[in-house]
Amino acid sequence: MRSTESNVTQSITQVIAASSLGTLIEWYDFYIFGSLAVIIGQQLFPSDAGASALINTLAIFAAGFIVRPFGALVFGRLGDLIGRKYTFLLTLVLMGGSTFLIGLIPSYSSIGYAAPILVLILRLVQGLALGGEYGGAATYVAEHAPVGKRGFFTSWIQTTATLGLFLSLGVIVLTKNILGAKNFADWGWRIPFLVSILLVVVSIYIRMKMHESPVFSKLKAEGKVSANPLKESFQKKANFKMVLVALFGATMGQGVVWYTGQFYAQSFLENTCKLDFNESRYILLWAIVFATPFFVIFGSWSDRVGRKWIMLTGMLLGVICYRPIYQYFLDVTNVKEMQKTMLLSESEPVVERGLVPGKADSLITTTVAKTLTNGMTFKESKVEVTTEDVLAEVPAVQTVIKDVTLSRQSYIMVILLVFFQVVLVTMVYGPIAAFLVELFPTQIRYTSMSLPYHIGNGVFGGLVPFIATLIASFQGSTPLSGLWYPIGIAALSFVIGAVYIDNRRDENVTD
Amino acid sequence: MSGLKKILGLLWIALGPVIIIFLFMQAADKIGAATDGIARTNTTLQWAIIILIFIPICTGLVIFGYYAWKGEYDHLPESSKEL
Repeated sequence: MRSTESNVTQSITQVIAASSLGTLIEWYDFYIFGSLAVIIGQQLFPSDAGASALINTLAIFAAGFIVRPFGALVFGRLGDLIGRKYTFLLTLVLMGGSTFLIGLIPSYSSIGYAAPILVLILRLVQGLALGGEYGGAATYVAEHAPVGKRGFFTSWIQTTATLGLFLSLGVIVLTKNILGAKNFADWGWRIPFLVSILLVVVSIYIRMKMHESPVFSKLKAEGKVSANPLKESFQKKANFKMVLVALFGATMGQGVVWYTGQFYAQSFLENTCKLDFNESRYILLWAIVFATPFFVIFGSWSDRVGRKWIMLTGMLLGVICYRPIYQYFLDVTNVKEMQKTMLLSESEPVVERGLVPGKADSLITTTVAKTLTNGMTFKESKVEVTTEDVLAEVPAVQTVIKDVTLSRQSYIMVILLVFFQVVLVTMVYGPIAAFLVELFPTQIRYTSMSLPYHIGNGVFGGLVPFIATLIASFQGSTPLSGLWYPIGIAALSFVIGAVYIDNRRDENVTD
Repeated sequence: MSGLKKILGLLWIALGPVIIIFLFMQAADKIGAATDGIARTNTTLQWAIIILIFIPICTGLVIFGYYAWKGEYDHLPESSKEL
């Protein structure tokens, strides 16, 4: 008896390892493009924008928002027709292959417009592959997991999105530190893309040795595989209404909480609070390291108390806490006010002269490095435009704050607050794979769960930076106004989830 | 709870078109404010993508509201056999 249990545990451990490694690599591949977008733009796109700016926009925008749900439909259908194993093997090959090829594309100076067009095509393939991967991996693990432990085992898959971000940031920082900034910008940026192929080959080798999901194999042996999973998922009212409730009552809120905690927080610290580039990334890395175990804790807990209220509590806490947290970020980095009473020292001014791009006007930037009594440092630049046009208005001097580093106490506090946001991510994201798997029958599971997941995350979540920035640009808005988007969506999802979703755990996912 | 589900259904039905109208108004505003040339084309492209994506989602919200109003969510399936 003990031996059988041990075999089952060993088997499920292998299933989780094989599935998680592949999914981790897919997230890594997807994130390195985003992290290196600026360098890719410089190398593979012409500097004079033009048509390439459109291609760039499409490559980054479209792959994130349009293509992922399409990937979910295409590969979800395949997964319900030919099986989970071969489908997510295919998504892995497509993702790894396209990532590797991005690393090989000659620069714009060598092949002209073929470079940005090739990037666009490969980026779309990446988006499609990611859309197909997650549903397959989650379904595959869930269909192997023993009853009562589905939340615990699928939560390992859930850690991969966060760890993929961690890995991509780590590989990029490491490569840049080894090669130096110039070599990295010239050719070193290709290494994180090329490294991907090694990871993918190992993962394919491991996945090839895995068996098909036992639940799907049984269905296939009985000849009960769906003939048209798309039609059954979305034309049969009983299934379609569950797709809708999964989207509006769970994945929509989960998506915005995820992207706010892991992406908007870092973007806000860097762009709005003007925190130093490295400091904002280290804060996120620390927060991720400490919070990642909570995916498994909440996944496991959901096996005992149900999935619904853990996810909804994560959304509600986000709704309540986002504004105070981000207000604290603003307060603790408000060096303009602090320097009035806490200025300790300032460096000699460094003056740089240049030209305004596309004009004959001169640009004079005077930068001073300042230190405050609490240990904070920052740079203050005064930017002045001078013109020879005697009729022109006297331009105002613009003061720009940048490269803010925090005092030790504030640094720890900001890490704790980002950590708290990532814990909210683990609450909404840890149990969601088990929740989605249990919502749909085996025949159409891959298709049905993939679509709401990728609309929730790719569209509602992926749009957090864009819409939050847009709202913050409205007349009369404040730096915190952008938070109304994630707060509003999470609140809406909380209400729909609380009213329409049951806290059930379907013990039987073999039907 | 069934009554609440139905009443909220009406709210979801109304919310779908409201969001679409809001998005069209924002798109017109932002495209109009963008400078001529590539910036305007980029803004148009981004808003076209957003509206293209949100129209089916809002349609889904209206259908969700309709199902809720008709009482489709009064009883959720206990197992996959009920689907």
